[in-house]
Amino acid sequence: MSSGHLVRRRLGDAGAWLVGLIVLIWTLLPLYNMVLVAVQQKEDVFASNVWPPHPTLESFIIVFKEGYWYLEHFWLQMGNSLYIGVAVALLTLFIGALTSFSIGRLRVPMGWLVTNTALLTYVIPMSFLAIPFYRIMKSYGLADNAWSVIAVEVTFATPYAIFIFQQYAGSIPRELDEAARIDGASPPQIFFRIYLPLMAPALVAVGTYALLLAWNEYLYAFLLLSSDQTITVPVTLGKFLNSDEAPWNYLMAASIVFALPPLAIYYIFRRYMSAGLTMGGVKG
Amino acid sequence: MAAAPGTPALAAAREAPARRGGRLRAAHGLKGSELSWALAFLLPYAAVFFAFVLYPVGYGLWLGSSPASYRALFADPIYAETVVNTLVYLAVGVNLKLFLALLLSGFFMRPGWWVKALLLIFVLPWAVPAIPTFISFHWMLNGQWGLINNALWTFFRMDGPPWLDTPHLAMGSVIVAYIWKWMPFWTVIFLAGRMSIPRELYEAAEVDGATGLRSFLHVTFPLMANLYTVCTLLSTIWTLGDFNTVHFVSGGGPALQTHVLATLGIRDAFELGDPGMGMAAVISALPLLVPLVIILMRRLSKGEVQL
Repeated sequence: MSSGHLVRRRLGDAGAWLVGLIVLIWTLLPLYNMVLVAVQQKEDVFASNVWPPHPTLESFIIVFKEGYWYLEHFWLQMGNSLYIGVAVALLTLFIGALTSFSIGRLRVPMGWLVTNTALLTYVIPMSFLAIPFYRIMKSYGLADNAWSVIAVEVTFATPYAIFIFQQYAGSIPRELDEAARIDGASPPQIFFRIYLPLMAPALVAVGTYALLLAWNEYLYAFLLLSSDQTITVPVTLGKFLNSDEAPWNYLMAASIVFALPPLAIYYIFRRYMSAGLTMGGVKG
Repeated sequence: MAAAPGTPALAAAREAPARRGGRLRAAHGLKGSELSWALAFLLPYAAVFFAFVLYPVGYGLWLGSSPASYRALFADPIYAETVVNTLVYLAVGVNLKLFLALLLSGFFMRPGWWVKALLLIFVLPWAVPAIPTFISFHWMLNGQWGLINNALWTFFRMDGPPWLDTPHLAMGSVIVAYIWKWMPFWTVIFLAGRMSIPRELYEAAEVDGATGLRSFLHVTFPLMANLYTVCTLLSTIWTLGDFNTVHFVSGGGPALQTHVLATLGIRDAFELGDPGMGMAAVISALPLLVPLVIILMRRLSKGEVQL
């Protein structure tokens, strides 16, 4: 019986290794493809290579020096992506924290209505409002302006921020507010000196979420921004894709450069992210 | 400030009376200045909500209110196909992704350093921006020079099919790319769900003779069912609005055969220059979206599952 047990365990281990191997290949294949194309010369890209025959970093140098006409404003566009991402993160944090403070701590009347409204906004698919937004931003005079994209992304990131903040604030004792109030602190003082510092982990999680959401966003940046000086990197990548003579090695090199910052941020803030995102619990 | 953080013991000791006090205060309403502060703090979100949620939603409904738009939409031969694609995308993509995620979350519960290391790699698709990886899929599936067909030729001397030039294969490719991108996120969610199941339950089940599949069926699944349902609803809603996957992997091609409602709406509005028709395509998804949202809201408001 014990040898049968051992055989079954060995089989289980072998199975786990097999599953692990499949998961590894599945996960890395599209990423490997990016690297493979990026380190090849143009003529090697249009050949049946599985590994790069003459690996070179030339495409990356082209990207860094903006040495191709599609990449003329690459660093400016990286800057645009960063500017939009940071603005979205800060505004989302600010609006989300104020709202959650008003509902959860000041107990504003009808707070539940605001919570449900936010919940409803959270489940509206972002792309479904692209057509009205396109016209509205024109009438607001924000056509081809980064703030049009910032406004849209803040709109869709704030509801998530409100939930996470409300859940997290539940763990901060209300007695701290009460004590401060007795000492004569006004609501803004309580907000800035007690609420915000204690909310720091949730702020980091949601800030990272909002930054990555904005960095990855394509549709609204594509529709609302038009000139080469205002568009973000994903829009440039999309333009590349639709051009007739696509220099795939430059496209993939630019893609990798664009993908690295969020990757770094993700692994640095992973601890907070998983605290914020894995709140799905099983309630017995 | 007098109220330094880090007095949990004190806070716990005072919890009961303070709760009562809080309820009392809420019942009596806020004092004048506090009420105005509370409303002032709510202002930014209210402004965002009215200017960027209520107005666009109303405007969108108005744009898509002309019957002529719907006549044009239904007369479009692409439309029926798009509806079928959307349903296939949701039914196969969402369910296959979540089911695989549920299984994999069990795999990642295994002890061992290499499983933990693999998890770090496994979440890469989620951490990497979507657009570059979808572009990578697009090129990888190129029938002539793509990595997949190159590998098939190099290792097996087989000629792979032109993946993105065949409607069914192109739709399948879109679904594979979608699963690749989003499975890690849901695996992490399910992993957290599994971790919150007390170990004693499994030990008790083992004493009763339930291991492996039976322990999954009688312990894990009943406890995860609620989370799984909410995830399915949420994921279906989000996937209904997914634009990027189709747009970048297949581009709606070949011959407009792989559009879903989210991409068709944009195509009608901006490529055909008919916003009314585009909004009609989006609104035609509402009979599916609205019931899903209602069911989800009910589930979430019951507070059984937190996301």
